Amino acid sequence: MTENVDRSKRRLLIAATTAAGGVAAAGAGAPFVLSLMPSERAKAAGAPVDVDVSAIEPGMMISVEWQGKPVWIVRRTKEMLDTLAKHDDKLVDPKSSVPQQPEYCNNPYRSIKPEFLVVLGVCTHLGCSPTYRPEVAPVDLGTDWPGGWFCPCHGSRFDLSARVYKGVPAPTNMIVPPHKYLSDGRILIGDDSKEAA
Amino acid sequence: MKAIKKLCMLALLLMVPVLAVASGAEGHLDKAPVDLKDKVSMQRGAKLFTFYCLSCHSASYMRYNRLKDIGMSEEQIKKDLLLPEGAKLGSTMPAAMDKEAAKQVYGVAPPDLSVITRSRSPDWIYTYLRSFHVDSKRPSGWNNVIFPNVGMPNVLAELQGEQELKVEKRDGHETKKLVLAKHGSMKPAEFDTAIADLTNFLVFVGEPAKLVRYNLGYIVLGFLSVLFVLIYALKKEIWKDIH
Amino acid sequence: MMKLLNGLIGWIDARFPLISTYKAHVSEYYAPKNFNFWYFFGSLALLVLVIQIVSGIFLTMNYKPDALLAFASVEYIMRDVQWGWLLRYIHSTGASMFFVVLYLHMFRGLMYGSYRKPRELLWIIGMIIYLALMGEAFMGYLLPWGQMSFWGAQVIVNLFSSVPFIGQDLALLIRGDFVVSDTTLNRFFALHVVAIPLIVVLIVVAHVVALHEVGSNNPDGIEIKKHKDANGNPLDGIPFHPYYTVKDGLGAVGFLIIFCAIIFFAPDMGGYFLEYNNFVPANPMKTPEHIAPVWYFTPYYAILRAVPPMFGSQFPGVVAMGVATVIFFFLPWLDRGKVKSIRYRGPIYKTFLALFVISFVGLGWLGLMPATPLYTWVSRVLAVVYFAFFLLMPWYTKIDKTKPEPDRVTSK
Repeated sequence: MTENVDRSKRRLLIAATTAAGGVAAAGAGAPFVLSLMPSERAKAAGAPVDVDVSAIEPGMMISVEWQGKPVWIVRRTKEMLDTLAKHDDKLVDPKSSVPQQPEYCNNPYRSIKPEFLVVLGVCTHLGCSPTYRPEVAPVDLGTDWPGGWFCPCHGSRFDLSARVYKGVPAPTNMIVPPHKYLSDGRILIGDDSKEAA
Repeated sequence: MKAIKKLCMLALLLMVPVLAVASGAEGHLDKAPVDLKDKVSMQRGAKLFTFYCLSCHSASYMRYNRLKDIGMSEEQIKKDLLLPEGAKLGSTMPAAMDKEAAKQVYGVAPPDLSVITRSRSPDWIYTYLRSFHVDSKRPSGWNNVIFPNVGMPNVLAELQGEQELKVEKRDGHETKKLVLAKHGSMKPAEFDTAIADLTNFLVFVGEPAKLVRYNLGYIVLGFLSVLFVLIYALKKEIWKDIH
Repeated sequence: MMKLLNGLIGWIDARFPLISTYKAHVSEYYAPKNFNFWYFFGSLALLVLVIQIVSGIFLTMNYKPDALLAFASVEYIMRDVQWGWLLRYIHSTGASMFFVVLYLHMFRGLMYGSYRKPRELLWIIGMIIYLALMGEAFMGYLLPWGQMSFWGAQVIVNLFSSVPFIGQDLALLIRGDFVVSDTTLNRFFALHVVAIPLIVVLIVVAHVVALHEVGSNNPDGIEIKKHKDANGNPLDGIPFHPYYTVKDGLGAVGFLIIFCAIIFFAPDMGGYFLEYNNFVPANPMKTPEHIAPVWYFTPYYAILRAVPPMFGSQFPGVVAMGVATVIFFFLPWLDRGKVKSIRYRGPIYKTFLALFVISFVGLGWLGLMPATPLYTWVSRVLAVVYFAFFLLMPWYTKIDKTKPEPDRVTSK
């Protein structure tokens, strides 16, 4: 180092260059990181799904794919809906206080219209897909089984609103995805915005 | 140092013919008036493309919803481009005609048009689409001066009308000329504009990112210039130590 | 905070030669103080290598090495992957710019005699890097699976089949099939993304270690280690950091301005960096009308075409092409000049070097052109000039009238 060095000027230049270089590096890095996000193809595959539910027979379930995951739509009968209020004491979260559903589905039916339940078919324990068991009191599930889902992986049980029973590994009710009615018999899964799609 | 400068000059001089030859090799193509800022033109081109080209050709890497980039709303994409009921906006553009069937009819499978302006040039597309003429010797009844014996018929004849090829011989030189023999629904100038719109759209389809690439480029270069000034000043400052 | 950091560094340094490595290669590596413009290209080559590796890794995440999917996956990257177009243009521009930087770096070596004793091994390691990168570029060029990818690979692999006796089997071994096919694509992918990059990184490290062992040459071509101060540091040397880190930083930013200008405004560079025909998917049934290698291979390609077939075989041309690349290895022993730097060389060497540059650039241009009889003859003349530069070197460097070298480095 030589004697007549303007130290403050030097320090300023170093700081300014480092800062600008840092911004440049961050700017260069951003596209690389962003390239890891879902591509247009993935987004197209995960786009909202338009389902015709008018053809589902009462008591039956259909499964559609949304964002690569199964979404179940059950057309519940009056008898099925009547069972829902009778076993609140056996459920972990009968009032659905954990936000596993959109606002508009925060009711005992966990649906917009009681008749149609739309739920993400993924067990909240470790992500298996539970089996639909609508029959009442089958031999393997016991006499007090009012119909619901049983997860074959670790034995978690859910009722017909996909609410989890006490004493099973799954911690919370199953997720209700955002959805809306396009008309009486058509549901759009994955989009609940107000404007027309 | 002098010798080095001379070498560089020589190298540069040698590069000149390369550039000259590279630009003149294609023959006489009309210059396509491509303007990627003119989104309305590209929207008109998109309509022409879906009505005429997508019957036989596909654009299998191009998604419909990408047309938002040229200012079309989802509604417009669905309505203006006549998307079939239930078609997803995120899907790519398929051909209406089956590829094998098209091969039966035209002898060759119509190529995918996603990157056609990048393999051919925009000028080629612009000239080609305006260079069809009737030719009774061809199975389709059409021929093209830019792409002789092409399998594709002039699907735009209802707009353009029918051109005929006039060959004049003078002093041993042959001059070929396309003459409009039958009018279509568009005047020649209108038709040229329509093809310019279509070419413009195809340039966009060839590389949708082009719309952002240039703008981002100015920002990046501007920022790097600032950084260059700063680091130049820093280098000068630090090198004051060295005598 | 500083205390904690120092503690951590101390802990590591007790177990790993952290500070001594930093000192040896950065803070106390003494480089000559008279580096000029031509000395930017070494660090720039390193910069481009890093750019290629990083962008390559991200491209690999979305590319599919399958003949049915490869072309589409490249367009998928260009359109559907967020910022994928930028990643691809960085990588494709980087490939061409790598060779621009490399050729200028090598030319610097020719001008200032950087290959001369004691830097012979340094030069040889550098040449190995150059050859490895040619292989890397060639294999990478197949991956987009366009028409030029396919037919370029087809032609180059067929060169090997002209080798006497084993040629046919050699070509089969390279392709793994009777034509360039899915198998070839798959293995080129493996070599391009794993094998060759690993080798390149290793020999680049060796190149830097060898450089720091013998010390950098400089535009005067004299050894700065001859004059040392009381501490044993060269009088004409300055620590790499901060002087050359900041100077190379300046060079890097300048380079990036050019690099980004190409990426954002002319990524296909008029068909030289990305060829038009490569936007047509590979079709083994239809050869494009005019095929030429990418520009950085064309000088050698022109030499190949300049040699007429002998005894009904293309092999002599292939040999000429091979020799044209390998002959660089022998430079340290071909040059008998009294001085290293062009500054003190006589008119004969300067003329030969100028002719060599003309022949290299000229052959590069001819390699892009169709082989007309006139062009073939020009190629032959230039190829003779190219080889004369090397083969006559022992004589012309010896008889050349040189100026006396200075004792200490000179500033411009």
